[in-house]
Amino acid sequence: MSSGELVFVGLGLYDEEDISVKGLSLIRGCDRVFAEFYTSQLVGTNIGRIERLIGKPIEVLSRDEAERGDRVLKSALKDKTVFLTCGDPMIATTHVDLRLRAVEKGIRTRIVHGSSIVTAVPGLLGLQSYKFGRATSLVFPDKNYSPISPYYVVKNNREMGLHTLVFLDIHAEKKRYMTANEGMDILLDMERNVGDGVFDEDSVVCVVARAGSSDPLLRADRICVLREQDFGHPLHTIVVPGRLHFMEAEALVRLAGLPKELAGKLQKL
Amino acid sequence: MGRKEDNIKKAKNLMNKLNNIRNIGIAAHIDHGKTTLSDNLLAGCGMMSEELAGKQLVLDYDEQEQARGITINTASASMVHTFEGEEYLINLLDTPGHVDFGGDVTRAMRAVDGCIVVVCAVEGTMPQTETVVRQALREKVKPVLFINKVDRLINELRVTPEEMQQRFIKIISKFNELLNKLAPEEFKNKWNVKVEDGSVAFGSAYYNWAVSVPYMKKTGLGFKEIYEYCNKNDQKTLAKKTPIHEVILDMVVDHLPSPKEAQKYRIRHIWRGDKESELGKSMIECREDGPLALMITKIIMDPHAGEVAVGRVYSGKIERGQEVYVVGMPNVNRVQQVNLMVGADRIPVDYVTAGNIVAATGIRDAIAGSTIADKPDIEPFERIVHISEPVVTVAVEAKNTKDLPKLIEVLRTISKADPSIHVEINQETGENLMSGMGELHLEITEYRIKNDYGIDIVCSEPIVVYRESVAKKSPHPFEGKSPNKHNRFYIEVEPLPENIVKAIYNNEIPQNVKKYKKEATKILQDLGMDKELAKGIFGIQGLNILTDVTKGIQHLFETRELIKEAFEEVMKSGPIANEPCQGILVKLVDAKLHEDAIHRGPAQVIPAVRNAIYGAITISDPILLEPIQKVFISTPQELMGDASRELNQRRAVVKDMKTEGDMVNIEAKAPVADMFGFASAIRSATGGRVLWNTENMGFEPVPKTLQNQVIRQIRERKGLKPEPYPPEYYMD
Ligand SMILES: Nc1nc2c(ncn2[C@@H]2O[C@H](COP(=O)(O)OP(=O)(O)OP(=O)(O)O)[C@@H](O)[C@H]2O)c(=O)[nH]1
Ligand SMILES: [Mg+2]
Repeated sequence: MSSGELVFVGLGLYDEEDISVKGLSLIRGCDRVFAEFYTSQLVGTNIGRIERLIGKPIEVLSRDEAERGDRVLKSALKDKTVFLTCGDPMIATTHVDLRLRAVEKGIRTRIVHGSSIVTAVPGLLGLQSYKFGRATSLVFPDKNYSPISPYYVVKNNREMGLHTLVFLDIHAEKKRYMTANEGMDILLDMERNVGDGVFDEDSVVCVVARAGSSDPLLRADRICVLREQDFGHPLHTIVVPGRLHFMEAEALVRLAGLPKELAGKLQKL
Repeated sequence: MGRKEDNIKKAKNLMNKLNNIRNIGIAAHIDHGKTTLSDNLLAGCGMMSEELAGKQLVLDYDEQEQARGITINTASASMVHTFEGEEYLINLLDTPGHVDFGGDVTRAMRAVDGCIVVVCAVEGTMPQTETVVRQALREKVKPVLFINKVDRLINELRVTPEEMQQRFIKIISKFNELLNKLAPEEFKNKWNVKVEDGSVAFGSAYYNWAVSVPYMKKTGLGFKEIYEYCNKNDQKTLAKKTPIHEVILDMVVDHLPSPKEAQKYRIRHIWRGDKESELGKSMIECREDGPLALMITKIIMDPHAGEVAVGRVYSGKIERGQEVYVVGMPNVNRVQQVNLMVGADRIPVDYVTAGNIVAATGIRDAIAGSTIADKPDIEPFERIVHISEPVVTVAVEAKNTKDLPKLIEVLRTISKADPSIHVEINQETGENLMSGMGELHLEITEYRIKNDYGIDIVCSEPIVVYRESVAKKSPHPFEGKSPNKHNRFYIEVEPLPENIVKAIYNNEIPQNVKKYKKEATKILQDLGMDKELAKGIFGIQGLNILTDVTKGIQHLFETRELIKEAFEEVMKSGPIANEPCQGILVKLVDAKLHEDAIHRGPAQVIPAVRNAIYGAITISDPILLEPIQKVFISTPQELMGDASRELNQRRAVVKDMKTEGDMVNIEAKAPVADMFGFASAIRSATGGRVLWNTENMGFEPVPKTLQNQVIRQIRERKGLKPEPYPPEYYMD
């Protein structure tokens, strides 16, 4: 066993105060702190504020460095090293490869969990986590890459009456975050291309903005209504609901403004 | 009104009488008399002073052409000729003969329907004669033959009339042999030239006379009379009685096709679009009331008018002020001037119609090879296939660093005007590479940068460009991982069979495999490729093919364009020496992808595939290919030894040696890299008494014993670490 250690600490969802007390004390006691913010970002804070809180400088890794991992591993071989990520370290962007390579090198590893968008969004909307199917992501369409597979993920989930959690693309380095509005446009575009009848302007979707902040915004309505709305600052997430349990229906009506008559329909799907 | 003005007026009127137009090229081995002939044709038709014609070479108007006595740029000229009481508009392109400017010949062939091949009676058919015939026939351009410099045969070599006949027969049968070997199937044996029907003419471009059998019937002047006049030193009378322009232009009108006739069979060959569409029909019928389709074959940089785009109108008409599209470019271009060409003169007209050659200004986005249309998205013309590629490179440096931005601009302009010059501009290192067809080509371009553009530059010693390939099939699939380690691609490479490489080079396989997949698959299968491999084709880059032999891998199709991007990148710059790859078949044999689209995007897939291809090449016996030249030498017997010695020092292999009289003709092949400086070396070794020329013949592997050393040299020159990376480097 090496003398060092690698601890993955999840920063949670929104700002520096989302970190757990356990995480904080581990950071305060470690030798070096690395972080990656290219896959997601804590929109409610900045690195300076996190550094002030933890009382230590943070070495922010580029995408390339984080993926190669050698800087982190070298440090963890002899020093107590913390690797900070947004959310929960092994969830949306998994860093399991880095962990496995550490294990291979005989480095002790540990995870301190943070709150994750994967649970926060269903929680905020009052949707039951048991009823989600596979999650999917929408990417900013590119000349050579505009995947259509998310459409089929939603389609398959819907056929089984399951909800779909739809993540929206982030280009952190360009400060570009996909809005829920752009996401809905992409879903409708996919419908136009595939035409299996999964979406139309009247399909109901849920939008969550700024999960984890003190004023998260929740909306559930038809696409044609939501597309016109401004959900404010990032990050945004979409949920395409499947068949609703009566508790879920009530939650969406009360918490996310879903019109009653639509709630009724969604229970019978 | 002078005769010239009168003719210009006639030319404008003839432009839409399709049966009365001939678009022709003049092509030949170097110095066989193309420009002298072209000048005299123009003069005979009253388009220039007869005094100047042939002596001053009006069509070689460029300073470097005049100074070196060779043609560098194709020049175009139109003239009017009367045949059997009817007037004809002849649009003529005079092409260069030196091998270094062969690209211009190929491009010119796209614009014309017929061609006068000039052969010097003294030298006979030469290597370059074969090349120009090949260039013409590949574009389905019909040739006729003019045997030139007959005066020298009589006055200098003093041959007997019988010997003269013998020489003619030899040249003609050799020429027909070439035609039969190279003609497209549908014209085999049909395009042979015959003395009796007047598709062969004989004469002297310099002294301005010529004869053909049909013309002999008019004048009563035959070979016997010619021989006598020459012997008497009275070629002036010959020029009066049997003037070259009458004889040659009669032959052109009588034997070469009108655009209307030619477009019936040429369109199929140069355009892949739907022949039943409005545009397809209009091109095949050469209609001026159809949609516009114009192919640009040359950009001329004019000091006053700027960029002039010269090309052939295949359908519709191009008008002054018209808005046109350069296919593949986003912006509308507005045509400014529309001209017919007469030597260096452009004659402005309101419009030019289908079946003619136009010179237009204002089409800013056009380069040689562009398709111009009145709609943005028509199917473009097929790309022009060249006999050889630029293989010699120099690094160009501005003496004063402040000139660097200007130099970059000039290099770009030059490569636009001369597509056989490739430039590679590296903004970071400031090293600019300029590649051309040979030493002369680069020397002239260097001169132009210095003198015409006034930039003080230094050029490095010439080097050659290399290609990378593989000698064997990958022993196992090579695994490439994405940076996030969640995606893996498995690639195998193998050498592509020679016949398939050739077919790609000759543009027989559609480059746009996405659009023409079925067609591409069928051609590959016909060429002997395994059915599964052929069916999986999804990319062609240079002379390499990418194919997908995986089955049923979920989500793989979403990453196809990214895989292609990585493939193209590697093929442009291989792992051994960062030189382009050639003759490699890249097979995607397996892939493992992350579940979510965001984790298998461009930043993941491209590096993974790139590494897999690099790695696969590295484990498949990578080889370096170098450009090779044919070398033809004609030496007096007593200098044989000196000539051979020069060749032996240059890794040359002698292929053939023939004795003709007291001369020996040697045919050899040698690496271009070792042929630098051959010109002055052989001149000083033999007192300039040895005639020689070369011709590029593609790439061959560098001998194994030299390969590592050459790779090291290239890598060091490029500032890379001296050894290529081992396979392990691409595993992670
Ligand atoms: N005696 C004689 N000399 C000729 C004849 N035709 C051309 N020449 C000479 O041959 C040389 C080359 O003539 P060009 O017309 O420049 O030949 P070219 O084929 O255009 O040359 P490139 O374009 O450089 O390939 C010149 O010195 C001409 O004067 C001819 O019929 N008789
Ligand atoms: Mg010439």
